[in-house]
Amino acid sequence: MKILLGFAGTDQSMRALEKTLERVRGTGDDLTIALFETPEGPDDVAEFYGIVEECCGDAGVDFEVRELEGDPGSSIVTLAEQGGFDRIVMGGGETSPMGKIRLGPTTEFVLLNATTTVTLVR
Amino acid sequence: MTEGTRPFPDDVAEDFEAPPLTAEDREGREIEVRPVGMDDKEAIAEMYDAFDQEDRAQGIPPANPTRVRDWLDTLLGDGLNVAAWDDDRVAGHSTLVPDGEGAYELAIFVLQDYQGAGIGRTLLEAMLGHGQAEGVECVWLSVERWNRRAIGLYETIGFENYGRERFEQEMSIRLLPEGDGEGCCDGPPEREGF
Repeated sequence: MKILLGFAGTDQSMRALEKTLERVRGTGDDLTIALFETPEGPDDVAEFYGIVEECCGDAGVDFEVRELEGDPGSSIVTLAEQGGFDRIVMGGGETSPMGKIRLGPTTEFVLLNATTTVTLVR
Repeated sequence: MTEGTRPFPDDVAEDFEAPPLTAEDREGREIEVRPVGMDDKEAIAEMYDAFDQEDRAQGIPPANPTRVRDWLDTLLGDGLNVAAWDDDRVAGHSTLVPDGEGAYELAIFVLQDYQGAGIGRTLLEAMLGHGQAEGVECVWLSVERWNRRAIGLYETIGFENYGRERFEQEMSIRLLPEGDGEGCCDGPPEREGF
């Protein structure tokens, strides 16, 4: 299976990365990690590329990396379709001060527009 | 939120009566609304234990009794809370939780047996009255877009829509004039992460 993981360097992204690595280690799935910036996350992709490389190295998982430019939601959807991916994985489900689960704009766009199966990691 | 705009209304809401207060609901039940705290946790938890899961919104109330009580620890410990009581039974609960930016996030739940009898409006107004009395200046909430009944209630009370086309509608209200309360910072926080 070809998996596309969206990674923005946030806590949610880290959880999604960890869960994905756990799975890929067992299945040997083909993993591509798409790096993108959000207003709240680190604003330098190079800054969190190092984290990704280290986590994948520790897990012994090979991966390809793609740096996304422009609107991250539409870039992920386009890449998933053009690259023949079977699944998109993203962090999804920040909680408000009250504990309400809410989706950020990128996740919401991907859910509504992707023709690929989407997994949200909580 | 676009840059330079403040998503809290400039206009100040009406003065809401601060609890404790009593009201008769449309079923003729005498309902008392009063501020609640940690001492009332178990009574409130029992309302959520009996709560119909179909009425959950965005993951709350939690679905199991232990998590309900952990969640209430946060709300009762950090926030302002009021409950609607039918004798010694909690029929509804509302909470204002500080968002860390000076404003407060609001939620309200009414037990299914008590819905459609006007308790929601009474409870909500009492929550806002309690907030005004405690110096809360700005309040926001998110509500699922399909929940027209709740959105209609919030609108008649004075909440205004802000934000973009999303799964949830976000709304806010100004309870006190600028500078008369705890402040609003720059409005509800932008969502983190994705």
